[in-house]
Amino acid sequence: MHILNRKLIRDLWRLRGQVLAIGLVIASGVAVLVMSLSTLESLRDTANAYYERYRFADIFSGLERAPLQLKNRIAGIPGVQTVQTRIVKIATLDIEGFEEPVIGQLVSTPERGKPLLNQIALRKGRLVSPGHIDEVVLSEPFADAHKLQPGDQLKVILNGNKRTLDIVGIALSPEYVYAIGPGALMPDDKRFGILWMGQEALASAYDLDGAFNDVSLSLLVNTEPNFVIKRLDQLTKNYGSIGAIARKDQVSNWFLMNEIRQLRTIGMLLPSIFLTVAAFLTQMVLSRLIATERAEIGLLKAFGYTRLQVAWHYARMVMAISAVGILLGWIIGAWLGRYNTELYADFFRFPFLYYQPSLFTFAISALISLAAALVGSMRAVYKAATLPPAEAMQPPSPPVYRQRHNVITELLSWLDQPTRIIFRQLARWPIRSMLTSIGVAFAVGVLIMAMQWFDAIQEIIDVYFFDAQRQDVTIGLTSAQGNEVVYELAHFPGVLSVEPARIVSAKFLVGNRSHRGTLQGIMPNAKLSPVHDVQRGIISVYPEGLSLNSKLAEKLHVEIGDSVRVQVLEERRPEILIPVVDIFESYIAMPAYINLYALNRLMKEGRQVEYMSLLVDEKYESKLFAKLKDIPDVAAVTLRKAAVNTFNETMAETLIIFVTFFASFACALAFGLVYNSTRIALSERGRELATLRVLGFTKTEISYILLGEVGLLIAMGLPIGCIVGSGLAWIMTSSFETELYRVPLVIHPSTYGKAILITLAATTISAFMVRRQLDQLNLIKVLKTRE
Amino acid sequence: MKHVVTNHSKTQLDSEKRKITLSTKALSKIYQTGEVKVHALRGVDLSLYESELVVLLGASGSGKSTLLNIIGGLDTPTSGQVFFYNDELTSYNDYELTIFRRENVGFVFQFYNLIPSLTALENVALVTEITKAPMDAADALAIVGLSERINHFPAQLSGGEQQRVAIARAIAKRPAILLCDEPTGALDSQTGIIVLDAIARVNRELGTTTILITHNAVISDMSDRAITLADGQITSITQNPQRREPQELVW
Repeated sequence: MHILNRKLIRDLWRLRGQVLAIGLVIASGVAVLVMSLSTLESLRDTANAYYERYRFADIFSGLERAPLQLKNRIAGIPGVQTVQTRIVKIATLDIEGFEEPVIGQLVSTPERGKPLLNQIALRKGRLVSPGHIDEVVLSEPFADAHKLQPGDQLKVILNGNKRTLDIVGIALSPEYVYAIGPGALMPDDKRFGILWMGQEALASAYDLDGAFNDVSLSLLVNTEPNFVIKRLDQLTKNYGSIGAIARKDQVSNWFLMNEIRQLRTIGMLLPSIFLTVAAFLTQMVLSRLIATERAEIGLLKAFGYTRLQVAWHYARMVMAISAVGILLGWIIGAWLGRYNTELYADFFRFPFLYYQPSLFTFAISALISLAAALVGSMRAVYKAATLPPAEAMQPPSPPVYRQRHNVITELLSWLDQPTRIIFRQLARWPIRSMLTSIGVAFAVGVLIMAMQWFDAIQEIIDVYFFDAQRQDVTIGLTSAQGNEVVYELAHFPGVLSVEPARIVSAKFLVGNRSHRGTLQGIMPNAKLSPVHDVQRGIISVYPEGLSLNSKLAEKLHVEIGDSVRVQVLEERRPEILIPVVDIFESYIAMPAYINLYALNRLMKEGRQVEYMSLLVDEKYESKLFAKLKDIPDVAAVTLRKAAVNTFNETMAETLIIFVTFFASFACALAFGLVYNSTRIALSERGRELATLRVLGFTKTEISYILLGEVGLLIAMGLPIGCIVGSGLAWIMTSSFETELYRVPLVIHPSTYGKAILITLAATTISAFMVRRQLDQLNLIKVLKTRE
Repeated sequence: MKHVVTNHSKTQLDSEKRKITLSTKALSKIYQTGEVKVHALRGVDLSLYESELVVLLGASGSGKSTLLNIIGGLDTPTSGQVFFYNDELTSYNDYELTIFRRENVGFVFQFYNLIPSLTALENVALVTEITKAPMDAADALAIVGLSERINHFPAQLSGGEQQRVAIARAIAKRPAILLCDEPTGALDSQTGIIVLDAIARVNRELGTTTILITHNAVISDMSDRAITLADGQITSITQNPQRREPQELVW
């Protein structure tokens, strides 16, 4: 073996503690990168394969009723490859042993053969037999939540008639990877499920023989979806279409893609922090090593080793340290990626999972971390390479300290000598000290950023589910009805108060900007589901004019006083210019409100209502639920309590895992940083500390000098960390901002406290490890050797 | 624990009547380095009297540094005992040894071992802050003739000056024993004499029992006794009837 290789191996072994500590930090960065990239890739590959294999459509459109002949005209639109018509309806289900009403999405399947688009992946049992109108295939998460099996039965209210259906199969569908019920924020598998039934069964139940109310299209390659959508909307306009959407806006797919986007953000942000710190650490250790090896470097050069050979020797050391981290990061990252992907697969339902992290993921993570470490150590390596041999063999002159006559000197005179040593040390190497503090700050910051989610979610729950909503139950009717229904409902068991609303699909247009959403008509004195502003609380809706969510106003570029062209997509499809009278802020969706009476007038209808918010006496809840299950006109029942619970459970589950990941990484960061700084300080100042021991200082007293310094740096890092944390949290929350929800930037004081405590724990452990080495300081050896 | 040393006149040199500051009995030290055992000391019996100046001579590896380190409480013997007045040092634990060093021992080394981040004055104050009844740090520097340079950092001082700061730091606590391991080893003869003069002056004015390790036999002329070690044993003790001043030494 080449003699320099031997030296390299022995040096690495001697510095193994520090090598491992730097390795851990590099590993954290690599692990996050590998985890994010591999999860991202497998999620994307799985989704793409799933979409392709089960022929997920490119364009979706819901209508009221259209004759089957329209299908041919749709197929004639240039760029359309396949057309699939269906019947899709919402119905109330009655599941034995489950008190609350359950909402089912009924989807028709062709009587014979597979559908051309949006095929289902059968998991158990079989598909519906032709002509069997009482057979149903259930979506797997829903069946699992209620422990339903093929052979079991369930009751459904089909267009007013209660029918008992036989479950013959359990399936998954690319259309409902993220199965979200009407008006819900999160999938709730207990209260929302998909039911696939035969075309004939649904056609006869809903009087849709020879007709359809839903159409999906696939497109030829390189076809612009918007062009087809435009043509499709023209064709379906007279059949009650509320406008077609492209795949990217399809709810399930949107959530899936949004998740992938967020993973990318995490995958970019965090590795950069870790690898920057790792670069700083390698530079610190290496420059120290080179300082202690001056004489050897001089000797090597005197023997005739070239600058390049010396540089290469130390560069290889950096590479070896990085290799340790990269390897460790690969293993942790691949494992976490697999674990993470499985979590996602469990959340989003996939019938299969591709987890094959690509070579690219591993290669890019290695390349980036290696580059970061090499760039970080460039200065130290360059210094070693350019050290003149004669000078190198001389001991370095003692570090120069200077007495400055200023306020600091005055302050120092009040301190004892050991404390003065600490301060002078910091003042002598301000950049190194600052970098240590900043590194600690990043550890604190990453923790705050991760834990901020708990606060943000709590804030969303508080504001959205409690401040903005006071109702216990929301009921959606199958279609708008006269106001009498309000009085009818008021007499239902346990109902304390009823508040009606009317919600219509609409397009909002301002210049060339547009938004498709809903216009919600609410009572002027609404109390149960009012307009709610994050700052102002409940605000009443004006008699005329629009109250817009700030995000929607921003999207449309309107301010109070501007007018918005509202195109209602239902019934008579009125189109009218309405002024914006109020703009409010909310975290969820982008709602637009209008006075209920004004909406009725706009729709050119009498007092019509479609949604009802109820305040319910808990004691009569089950009686009310039983009654609601039997009412044909009820299309949806949402319980606030259940919604909150689902939201909490889903969030808590994902968040705890997420926060645990990042807490561990942040701890590795803090630990690696403090261990290295202290270890280096110990080897640099072993002589000084040994001298103090000889002079009669106790072990505790010299620990004070060494650990006091790093303690002070940590203490300085903590408040900076709080600022960094707020910044990182801001970057995260703003990058997570979507039309569906805005994550508020809320950080509770206790979150800062926890982040600080966790960082302190990690740094204390490393300080203790160095303290043990301090206790074993060999006084005689240190003093007898020359500096 | 601190023992106050009374000043004696060097002219009435009478070892018999003077108090013993420190004594060793059958002191042995074996170092185990890897597979090699090194007998650094082989049964050393030695008594040091109050306010005497002893020069310890011997080739390298003769055991003089080991002896000095054990006496100073930096190291522990493999067998044998060390007494400081009536206390047995060899029964002390690490903490008690630390306190013993803090209160009673002053060390001066070949490589000055000053704290680079503290000025001359502060290096001395480092010690006076933690000991009972020390002298003023500035006074200690005055004794070694460095009053002019008390606010200089080590990097701003010459080797001889640094060593004199080390001496001031060692004596500022008014130690019972001053241990100097090759204090002039890194200095030229002219500077070395200035340093030796400082040591002699401290010994004379404060009556501190002083042991000085050296390779340089000439230096034994300034001592009361010169003890030669070879191979871990005392081979000779030479009583010096008339101490010479450092300025008179030539090498």
